[in-house]
Amino acid sequence: MEMPVPDPAVLACRPQLVARLRAVLPEAAVIDAPSETLAYECDAFTAYRCAPLCVVLPGSSEEVSACLKICHELGVPVVPRGAGTSLAGGALPTADCVVLGVARMTRVLEVDLANRCIRVETGITNLAVSAAVADAGFFYAPDPSSQLACAIAGNVAMNSGGAHCLKYGVTTNNLLGVTLVLMDGEVVQIGGPVPEAPGLDLLGVICGSEGQLGVVTEAWLRILPRPEGARPVLIGYAGSEVAGACVRDIIEAGVLPVAIEFMDGPCIRATDAFSGAGYPDCEALLIIEVEGSPAEIDEQLEIITAIARRHDPVELRESRSEAESARIWLGRKSAFGAMGQINDYICLDGTIPVSALPEVLGGIARLAAEAGLEVANVFHAGDGNMHPLILFDANAPGELARAEALGAEILLLCVAAGGCLTGEHGVGVEKRDLMDRQFAGVDLEAQMQVKDVFDPGWLLNPAKVFPLGLSAGRRAGAGGSAPIAPGRDSPAIFGER
Amino acid sequence: MRPESEAELAEMVAGAGGPLWLRGGGTQGPCGAGAVLETSGLAGVRLYEPGALTLVVGAGTPLAEVEALLAAQGQRLPFEPRDARVLSGAAGAATIGGIVAANLSGPRRVQAGACRDFVLGLRLVDGAGRILSAGGRVMKNVTGYDLAKLVTGSRGTLGVITEVSLKVLAAPRAEATLIVRGQGAEAAVADLCRAMGLPWEVSGAAWREGPDGPERLLRIEGLAGSVAYRAGRLAEALPGDPRLVEGAQSAALWRGIRDVDDLAGGQDPVWRLCLKPTDGPVVLAALRAAGLEGRALLDWSGGLVWLAVPGDSRADLVRAATARLGGHAELVRAPEGCTVPRLPPPSGAAGRLSAALRAQFDPRAILNPGLMPA
Ligand SMILES: Cc1cc2nc3c(=O)[nH]c(=O)nc-3n(C[C@H](O)[C@H](O)[C@H](O)COP(=O)(O)OP(=O)(O)OC[C@H]3O[C@@H](n4cnc5c(N)ncnc54)[C@H](O)[C@@H]3O)c2cc1C
Repeated sequence: MEMPVPDPAVLACRPQLVARLRAVLPEAAVIDAPSETLAYECDAFTAYRCAPLCVVLPGSSEEVSACLKICHELGVPVVPRGAGTSLAGGALPTADCVVLGVARMTRVLEVDLANRCIRVETGITNLAVSAAVADAGFFYAPDPSSQLACAIAGNVAMNSGGAHCLKYGVTTNNLLGVTLVLMDGEVVQIGGPVPEAPGLDLLGVICGSEGQLGVVTEAWLRILPRPEGARPVLIGYAGSEVAGACVRDIIEAGVLPVAIEFMDGPCIRATDAFSGAGYPDCEALLIIEVEGSPAEIDEQLEIITAIARRHDPVELRESRSEAESARIWLGRKSAFGAMGQINDYICLDGTIPVSALPEVLGGIARLAAEAGLEVANVFHAGDGNMHPLILFDANAPGELARAEALGAEILLLCVAAGGCLTGEHGVGVEKRDLMDRQFAGVDLEAQMQVKDVFDPGWLLNPAKVFPLGLSAGRRAGAGGSAPIAPGRDSPAIFGER
Repeated sequence: MRPESEAELAEMVAGAGGPLWLRGGGTQGPCGAGAVLETSGLAGVRLYEPGALTLVVGAGTPLAEVEALLAAQGQRLPFEPRDARVLSGAAGAATIGGIVAANLSGPRRVQAGACRDFVLGLRLVDGAGRILSAGGRVMKNVTGYDLAKLVTGSRGTLGVITEVSLKVLAAPRAEATLIVRGQGAEAAVADLCRAMGLPWEVSGAAWREGPDGPERLLRIEGLAGSVAYRAGRLAEALPGDPRLVEGAQSAALWRGIRDVDDLAGGQDPVWRLCLKPTDGPVVLAALRAAGLEGRALLDWSGGLVWLAVPGDSRADLVRAATARLGGHAELVRAPEGCTVPRLPPPSGAAGRLSAALRAQFDPRAILNPGLMPA
């Protein structure tokens, strides 16, 4: 993986830069000691790391604006950062950048139950938003499994999803407005609690723009009344083909579960051994969850289980209690931890049309065998968002590179099946160089023209999303264009996802 | 002009010497001065997979054709686009491209989301004549910028949409509407907002000045048992003794609210105000206090106010009262010869960014000029 050569002129202005940032921020909010910037050298895509010039942790939109003005004047690239849980290297610094973190901005600014919305500073964690409205019986629907740690900042930047997005949508469907600070320091309000805004849907393109259009400091979010209850059912099948057919029939029957999770054989066996969830030993496992009152849940599960039985399941386990529900989810929730026990792994995130499931799973198995690596599959089956986990040994020379190459091939398989490179984790640096395999040059050009409008100098997170060769001319003002390889570390084990 | 393919369209746009007015079904009324470019030649279903909830169609495909196709599989467009002919009085048949270009979303927006929330991807020919593709056909996709959102609702000012992929959903097996008579807008909206905050999945929340006095309406959809249960809980939770209307009768009611039947006919100017839901009755009261008479309909639990104003559009008054509350007002039906812009320009930085984006995609500013002030 390559990163642009740091601009020597920018590197040279570090003392001046730090002094000027200190002048507009409290003492503790500017971090430049190498021992302290260490924590900001990477995000959860830990295979790559790089020390930035310094880190700033402003406490308000005004302070963010002051920092950006200084960086803008000096021509210093800025990498916005939330909680640093990106799996795509979205918050990975370059040597000539300032990392701007919103972690100190965690306040709830306004709760408006009558209009079902909440305004927060974006450093707040995803789970803290739901917690802030829980007593009133509300919640914030997008629930990435990193929700205890990840910030709304990163959720907005990556348009993050979660286990329940089949019913509730992803971040973009639950985001009403933002306060955005542009690279030149201008503070801009986009959207808000009013259902529609005149002009173009700027909010729609800001969400998912990976920190390249502006720094999001505040957000208006939709909150929803919490359902009365939820209950899962577990269904085991002999193969992925029949499991896929079952999912299709359920959707065609007009029931909309909140979640349909899928695990394949290797994943089932590993998680069961790890968690003792008591899963059946089979090749495909579905966990389907529905919501409502007890009677409503029964009504939906009756339809679902009738369809499931038609497909001849190896096992069908309905939950009768909280404890049984927890046991059904136990293995799925510890899937990533279980995989980490066995080996190091890379987690992919491509999406495919649900109908292509059996064919893509077959293709993944074939590619894995060719590469001599094991792949376990766990994914959101209702929406086709796959998370193949490539297992490898980081200490074996060359194995990380082999695993990365296999990952790229699997993602291209997703694209060829009519899907895409990333369903919820984002492009970052990880998938940046595959972008021209999904998009035509003219489409990437159109996307870069949007960045030209928001950030004409290409100073915000410039080395992400677009292949370096394509963005070189635009970045020329901000930094060098010839690529170099950043420092590489062995990948750490990620927690449960 | 009526291109039959993307390539032909791209040539027409690139070669255009002046303004181009894009026309789908023409249901929103007449175009301005310049050449008219019709999308009806770019029609047809490209892909429909009910089990994946995915539909890909040419932009010129008539809405009615799409709805019939989906209905045959027990599915529908969840965002419930309005039939613009009811207010505009225009003939023609709405196209999918036109609906996406206007981000037309009906009563169910409060629960399911707007048209833009169901656009998975689209193709377009931009104002420079480039054939572009944005998004895709899968439900979860964060690969690159979400240009499909930017184009949805841009009213043709970035490009001519040629193909759209949409997420569709199952049509519910049952529906019911709870109607309470006699409440004024303010009391009704307080109840509507409360209802939206209860876990009974209300999918329509409106207030109208019905033939027999004002009515507050709440819709519930889903499996039969669940609809009955939730309707019961909702009735318990709110004041008033609701009348229950079910099935086809309920559907007809909401079709009327979607299309704003109450304000149809005649030539009176019709406004469409977007506000924070609790501000719906506030703007109405302010306008009435300023002497503005006229019939109103509130949807989106108060966040959407339809207003028919007798005689003059009173644009300054309506726009100022709405803007004071952070909302905006669109003049949907204008009297003949009216020079008031239909849409207000976005203000401040949002306006500047919108204008700069349009210059990127339509550098000669030839597409639907003046339709959406930047
Ligand atoms: C264990 C684990 C489980 C996960 N599970 C899921 C999951 O289920 N679903 C899912 O979608 N993701 C998941 N993720 C990925 C990750 O949590 C999400 O991408 C999350 O939204 C990142 O948030 P963050 O605050 O940590 O952002 P960061 O990692 O700090 O940054 C992510 C991106 O956002 C940009 N950014 C950060 N702050 C701002 C700002 N204020 N303004 C503008 N841009 C900004 C950064 O530049 C970067 O490009 C998981 C990650 C881990 C480690």
